[in-house]
Amino acid sequence: MAEKSKRTQVEDVDRSLYDFVKSEEGYERYADGLTPDIVRAISAKKDEPQWMLDLRLKALEIYQDKQMASNWGPSIAGLDMDHISTYVSPKTKQAKDWNDVPKDIKDTFERLGIPEAERESLAGVGAQYDSEIVYHNMREEVAKQGVVYTTIEDAIHDPKWEPVVREYFGTLIPPTDHKFAALHYAVWSGGSFVYVPEGVHLDYPLQSYFRLNAQGAGQFEHTLIIVEPGADLHFIEGCSAPKYYEANLHAGAVELFVKDHARLRYSTIENWSKNMYNLNTKRATVGEDSKMEWVSGSFGSHVSYLYPTTILKGDRASCEYTGITFSGATQDLDTGCKFILLGKDTNVSADAKSISKDGGVNTFRSSVFVGKDATNARATVSCSSLMLDDISRSDTIPQMDIRNNTAQVGHEATIGRISDDTILYLMSRGCSEAEARTMVVNGFADPVSKELPLEYAVEMNNLIKIEMEGAIG
Amino acid sequence: MSQLLNISGLSAGTEEKPILHDMNLSVGAGETHVLMGPNGAGKSTLGHVIMGDPVYKVSGGTITFDGQDITDKTPDKRSLAGIFLSYQAPVEVPGVPLYSFLRTITQMRPELKMTARKFRQRVGEICDQLDMGQGFLTRELNVGFSGGEKKKVEMLQLLLLKPKLAILDETDSGLDVDALSVVSRGIEAYRRECDGALLMITHNTRILEKLDVDRTHVMVKGRLVAEGPASLIDDIDQNGFARFEQDGAAAQKAEA
Repeated sequence: MAEKSKRTQVEDVDRSLYDFVKSEEGYERYADGLTPDIVRAISAKKDEPQWMLDLRLKALEIYQDKQMASNWGPSIAGLDMDHISTYVSPKTKQAKDWNDVPKDIKDTFERLGIPEAERESLAGVGAQYDSEIVYHNMREEVAKQGVVYTTIEDAIHDPKWEPVVREYFGTLIPPTDHKFAALHYAVWSGGSFVYVPEGVHLDYPLQSYFRLNAQGAGQFEHTLIIVEPGADLHFIEGCSAPKYYEANLHAGAVELFVKDHARLRYSTIENWSKNMYNLNTKRATVGEDSKMEWVSGSFGSHVSYLYPTTILKGDRASCEYTGITFSGATQDLDTGCKFILLGKDTNVSADAKSISKDGGVNTFRSSVFVGKDATNARATVSCSSLMLDDISRSDTIPQMDIRNNTAQVGHEATIGRISDDTILYLMSRGCSEAEARTMVVNGFADPVSKELPLEYAVEMNNLIKIEMEGAIG
Repeated sequence: MSQLLNISGLSAGTEEKPILHDMNLSVGAGETHVLMGPNGAGKSTLGHVIMGDPVYKVSGGTITFDGQDITDKTPDKRSLAGIFLSYQAPVEVPGVPLYSFLRTITQMRPELKMTARKFRQRVGEICDQLDMGQGFLTRELNVGFSGGEKKKVEMLQLLLLKPKLAILDETDSGLDVDALSVVSRGIEAYRRECDGALLMITHNTRILEKLDVDRTHVMVKGRLVAEGPASLIDDIDQNGFARFEQDGAAAQKAEA
């Protein structure tokens, strides 16, 4: 029935668009739990240089030594690492042509609308299925400009790029950052390596899509993006997974290096299934006169810990964060954003929205640090929450550490409900109650969907519609 | 003439407090009725009860519209059946562009089926009629609109949806002379083009000057205390509601 479903049609969506499972038969699946042997096996399978294996083993030690952080966020007690397989690979090689991708996997991405979006509006696409990238391609004219968009695995096998990966990989988010960062570095697999040479502006975005099909597995992709001086890139990541009863884990890492006079926009729409523990780490460092833009829509997962961090190192660096989190039944989403302002005249503005319903919990944490040399730094954080019933919850936890007297830092938070007058007004023009509520929620989310690429804005509206109809898979 | 709206023995109020008492009122198709009364008489409540506002509970009597009993119907069903209520203070809905809102509520009505192009044209015509710049159409529904602009948006919806019955709740209140004249034009256009019935709730007689009024109803303290021809308006204009208020008090006493 879902064959006809297309992401571009608002009316035709049902949960089966995301919630379908493909057989894992014949896949290479490593034993659950975590041992040095598993880490060595992953590394050997990828035929990695010694430095990468050393990094993995070191990370594993850190992981095993590090205590679980004390109880400051949602519980992850349901996550038992002894029952998570850290590596599951479909039996296929990476393809450059969708026709070379195995039929069931190709079918998955067709249903998610990826090849169609690629034809219409993208400069390049990477598609990861469980632990490995199964498809990667970029338009020729983009490649000609010297843009590199590949997997980290491929980059470290290329003598030209191995030193670059080695120079940057794991430097912005070190394995010591937190327990799940250590885990990530021990077992990372898949993800993207993007290099945009000096002065190159991409007219179309690059996109990576991450699909976790396997049950009781983890996905640990690593995204490393380097935007050289004067360059401009829009990168999009999408993620989804079908629903299982066993816990799944996502612990990716995203390291973004934005050099001087450059711009990077990083858009995410995340719709993990509601058995997913999403413990993702994202960090950007921004040079002089450069701009980092985050656009983030978080809809899925059972528990999320997600706080994209931006380090504004260069003078006059700026950052805009636009995000929305939708938390329904059984969801506890702890999200936010962190800014570290070190350069002079740096500027940050964050606009976060959250919607909670059916007992869903949203926590928004913002953290602004202004260093002692960051004269005339400015930061404005605003957070608005919409609660759709009396059993849901929404908290805002701002944190500021200002070490320069010239800084201007502001925080505002509002929490609201949909007023009965609004529902009456819309109903008395013919909308059913559900339609009226959906309209208000979509309107609330509009400032975020405006920032998303069209297909993703449509997808976000679809997700809201599905959530509002209560047809939760 | 067959009755379009028939209110019979209607009593209603909030959970705490009865407001409307045993009301009987009928509006024929295409007729113009005026509902007048002092502040706090319950005029707006009656408008809201006809629309089906869930804040008010009907404790007795029935409302029939176009031959069907709508007493228990939700507001959307009443709207689709052909009732339109223009609010005193239309709400603001952030993030919903006016144009797409208009398209959505039009598409809900099979009788208004039209192509996107025809729709655009029709909306353009109405905007011209109402002296509304098309720039309004891309703005968010009522957000940051002045009182007069909000009333124009109500008139725009009225002319687009062509309801069988329009209830205008104090549509004239708080408008300056220019806005008032635009709203009057909207009402005239509705009468002329849609041949719809009209129930005007007001305590101000100026907006009525250009209208052919069929019946006037006077309401005091939740009761209908008088009904008469258009000339009743002039009477009220000169003498106010004092004598009706005494009637209302008497009726209340008699019941107690």
